[in-house]
Amino acid sequence: MARPDLKTAQLPAVQHLVVRYAKRGKMRFASHRDVARVFERGVRRAGLPIAYSAGFTPHPRISYAGGAPTGVASEAEYLTLALTSRLAGPQVRERLNAALPDGIDVIDVTDAASGAHAASGDNTASRWRVVLPGVEPAAAQRAVAGFLALGEAPVERLTDKGVRRLDARSAVITLDVLDPADPEGGQRAAVTGVQDCAILRMVVLHTAPAVRPDDVLTALRERHGLVPSSPPITTRLAQGSLALLAGTSAL
Amino acid sequence: MPVESVYPALEPLLPRVRKPVQYVGGEVGSVTKDWDSADVRWALCYPDAYEVGLPNQGIQILYEVLNERDGVLAERTYAVWPDLEALMRDHGVPQFTVDAHRPVGAFDVLGVSFATEMAYTNLLTVLDLAGIPLFSSERTLAHPLVIAGGHAAFNPEPIADFLDAVVLGDGEQAVLAITDVIRAWKQAGQPDGRDGLLLGLANLAYVPRFYDFSYHPDGRISNVSPNRQDIPPTVSKHTVMDLDAWPYPRAPIVPVAETVHERYSVEIFRGCTRGCRFCQAGMITRPVRERSITTIGSMVAAGVAASGFDEVGLLSLSSADHSEINEIAVDLADCYEGSNVGLSLPSTRVDAFNVTLANELSRNGRRSGLTFAPEGGSERMRKVINKMVTEEDLIRTVSTSYASGWRQVKLYFMCGLPTETDEDVLAIAALARRVIAVGREASGRRDIRCTVSIGAFVPKPHTPFQWAAQCPPEVVDARLRALGGALRADRAYAKAIGYRYHDGQPGVIEGLLSRGDRRVGRVILAAWLDGGRFDGWSEYFSFERWVRCAESALANEPVDLAWYTTRERDYSEVLPWDHLDAGLDRDWLWQDWQDSIAPEGAAEVEDCRWTPCYECGVCSAMGTEIQVGPTGERLDGRRLLPVVSRR
Repeated sequence: MARPDLKTAQLPAVQHLVVRYAKRGKMRFASHRDVARVFERGVRRAGLPIAYSAGFTPHPRISYAGGAPTGVASEAEYLTLALTSRLAGPQVRERLNAALPDGIDVIDVTDAASGAHAASGDNTASRWRVVLPGVEPAAAQRAVAGFLALGEAPVERLTDKGVRRLDARSAVITLDVLDPADPEGGQRAAVTGVQDCAILRMVVLHTAPAVRPDDVLTALRERHGLVPSSPPITTRLAQGSLALLAGTSAL
Repeated sequence: MPVESVYPALEPLLPRVRKPVQYVGGEVGSVTKDWDSADVRWALCYPDAYEVGLPNQGIQILYEVLNERDGVLAERTYAVWPDLEALMRDHGVPQFTVDAHRPVGAFDVLGVSFATEMAYTNLLTVLDLAGIPLFSSERTLAHPLVIAGGHAAFNPEPIADFLDAVVLGDGEQAVLAITDVIRAWKQAGQPDGRDGLLLGLANLAYVPRFYDFSYHPDGRISNVSPNRQDIPPTVSKHTVMDLDAWPYPRAPIVPVAETVHERYSVEIFRGCTRGCRFCQAGMITRPVRERSITTIGSMVAAGVAASGFDEVGLLSLSSADHSEINEIAVDLADCYEGSNVGLSLPSTRVDAFNVTLANELSRNGRRSGLTFAPEGGSERMRKVINKMVTEEDLIRTVSTSYASGWRQVKLYFMCGLPTETDEDVLAIAALARRVIAVGREASGRRDIRCTVSIGAFVPKPHTPFQWAAQCPPEVVDARLRALGGALRADRAYAKAIGYRYHDGQPGVIEGLLSRGDRRVGRVILAAWLDGGRFDGWSEYFSFERWVRCAESALANEPVDLAWYTTRERDYSEVLPWDHLDAGLDRDWLWQDWQDSIAPEGAAEVEDCRWTPCYECGVCSAMGTEIQVGPTGERLDGRRLLPVVSRR
């Protein structure tokens, strides 16, 4: 008979891989718990030698950095896999992409020990792109100018724990509207699928409690009358140190 | 012509609803086919929330069976929650499939699987959002054929006016036969319109519009008969006779959203002949047909590899009854040793559970909860329902479980069974205390627990209790309260015993919908128009609404809610499902009902797998036979092992 307290022996982790992945298209509606479920099954489908925690209900050892909120797309999400035997990053990327649903797409896999990934060390802020359907770029310019002139912009957000008050202004490092004349503006339709819109770009500090692009949009709506015709589409483009984000201006 | 996706119109609504991921599809295992590549297109609907409907085996099996065929396309659609329903109505977004977000109204067939009657109002929401007229009689060639299946469809009369056809029994071969009829009818230029198609289906499926009901002045049914030529007086269920030839699902759909069952499930046998008198599933799915250990092994290997699930559920109505269950459990546990894949047996009889199973199910360190269903608290009660489990069986089983490391055992019971007294229900408290006492002794620990879960019994069609009076909700509630008090009374045990119960009122409505006839359709429509949705969910269910709607919708009839529920029927009464043939001999069912309530004590019915045939009628009526092992085969662990790589 099995001994009641015998815990399953688990192989030790010998390698930690940092996975940068995207949440695209329909998968932007996945919550962080949905994404965790997807990866737990994905690593098993991919046959990766994932390490497990000890205990009665062993869990695959995957740790997630603060994920983009439900409904927000991302090109820069990070998680760390603990493996029981060593594998090359590109091979892991390939195997995961074959196993994951479309829209949860692995961009890059690097060894945690190399420190070569953006989210290591000084991960202080994110760069975001927000598409505002039905908004004139000029109207967006005026609202943004008004917002940036504020000393603070208190907003309320409804959370599971009730109403939370935040200052949306202090966390915003940069905020601008993509110039329609900008060569990048020509990509607008291709990037967003929305023809008639304004596109905001912003760098927002990772604060506690977290200020999200959504909170900035709340301030723009409440204080500066900026109301899109349908819900905004937000994408995280990058996260890391301010120096690193200053160097990534790509749409 | 291709059909446009409604996703561009749906997408802006999704940030405004709860759990939007349930509406976007894109799951591993899902299939999207080119619209024009198919000439017969099915929308398969589970009329409840995605989180409940996604794991449904019936839908997953039919989805795969249909999509494997060239020229056939199947997509899935689920009930949307009221928050999205309101937005869809505001913005003119129709009911959609989650696979390619195609409008349900564009398909040839809307196939709806009913596991429970409480989903009937959701059927109306799905039809209405799809732009399909609620009444079959109002549909034209522009609308899909609406076909129901699933266990609840064995008495479809309450929703008969909303359905075009009903499939009884196993769906694997039936959906393909129906597909062939639809294809031939379309290729011939849709001769005789919708009726032409329904006539072609009338021997495969029950077509309610071809049958008329007449009633006695007191409200009882006087006659049910076909209203045109060439329509059979009764319609029989379908039975798949070789489960090894139908090894589905092979590549299960792996949800992104959280769902009620997070595992790869394989049906290890279909049917049950234990003969529990309350159990509709056990009556309508006869005979027992086992899937062989080797097919189960290869399905598990492929299913786990394709899905990445870390739990394998061995499904059936009573999984420990498989003739080779120990071999299956030992061999699968061997294959997955050290891989963190666990096994579970969702339905286990206490008298079939054993030490081998206890050990194999916990081999990988997992001890997911063990649940047993004695159903009746007293030995007398269990005899009445023919759940022949002795208290000693139960005590031995829980003792084994606690000794093998489980800390928690769940016990399921029913309240309101025929002939039940207060004492029968209170006996549950004594049983639970004995379970804890034995568990403490077997485990040597004080922290073990037992949860008593109890709900109201609802008499179901095609069972020996189909004639029984349903217990009034006040009586059920009083007994549940008394049991709660008794469970808390002894302080030495109170903290170790958990108590969960469902009160009696929803059971009354389930009873109305289970044993109702066509007149009940008016009540369902009234409840839906009044806002009835998701009636299986306590946060949405309104007893007051249903009582009010039953009163108004049946005001001009000699029948009412009590007539349908708490009234005992006699032998001669025509039951609303008598023309629907599950194979069970009506006289056998009646005798079994009489045997259960015999004043001298209930007579026992054995299981025909292990005793001579007692002629319930199914095999002779349906041309079927019992299929059980043992096969003597074993699973080769090394062959299955590459499932989870350990490089």
